[in-house]
Amino acid sequence: MAELIFYFFAALTAGGALGVVLNRNTVAAALCLLLSLMGLAGLFVLLDAYLLAALLLLVYAGAVAALFLFVVMLLDMQGGAKRTPGWLNLGASAIGFAVLLAGVAATLARAHLPEPVVTAAPSFGFSLKYYAAQLFTTYLLPVQIIGFLLLIAMLGVIVISKKPREEQTPPASP
Amino acid sequence: MTIGLHHYLALSALLFAIGFGGVLLRKNTLVLFMSLELMLIASTLGLVAFSRFNGTPDGNVFVLFILAIAAVEVAVGLAIIVALFRRRGTVMVDELNALKH
Repeated sequence: MAELIFYFFAALTAGGALGVVLNRNTVAAALCLLLSLMGLAGLFVLLDAYLLAALLLLVYAGAVAALFLFVVMLLDMQGGAKRTPGWLNLGASAIGFAVLLAGVAATLARAHLPEPVVTAAPSFGFSLKYYAAQLFTTYLLPVQIIGFLLLIAMLGVIVISKKPREEQTPPASP
Repeated sequence: MTIGLHHYLALSALLFAIGFGGVLLRKNTLVLFMSLELMLIASTLGLVAFSRFNGTPDGNVFVLFILAIAAVEVAVGLAIIVALFRRRGTVMVDELNALKH
């Protein structure tokens, strides 16, 4: 039963990812990304990372995918520029895909990974309390840095997306 | 046959490879950015799987940080794409060739 659930979510994730890459329509690609993220959240639940599954759905599916959809609609480029990729692109991406996959597969085949420990989730871990304790003791400095990073990114986004100010001396019209 | 670490790592590698292929294949900057996101979440899947099968929850805390970084990255990247579109009127990579000449 657990295998079936794993394969279902794995197929959802990989199929969504393929949909992102192969879809012509940008909106459909963003929705495929959403599908892939939901499959990944299911896999996180199978791995006993419940908090991360919830956060993935909130942050990625809720914010990132919605932001992508907003930008697609803002730029409004549906319909235009539907060209087929050139042979060079196709060949390069196929070779890159194959080489990356073969490399990881070879590593996995040679690696002596430990047999799956079929224990239950450790009682100490994977709970909200554990995360809180870790974040406020061991990882306190990274949390602070992330906070500053979020602030800086917010300022940067505001500055970047501001409309460029009109030139003081407008160029003479030809 | 139980689902082991191998399965999760293989799926993670497959996701990463799909994202990598997408970065090479696509011309639209937005889809290219989505492929980058795919590569990022592939790495998080690997981290969570290792953390689960080793019994050490530190990997999960790392994934928490990766999620925060990803949110920041998406916000800044999309702002840059919007600014690019305002200035150049296109988001297709092969038309953004100002550095080529």
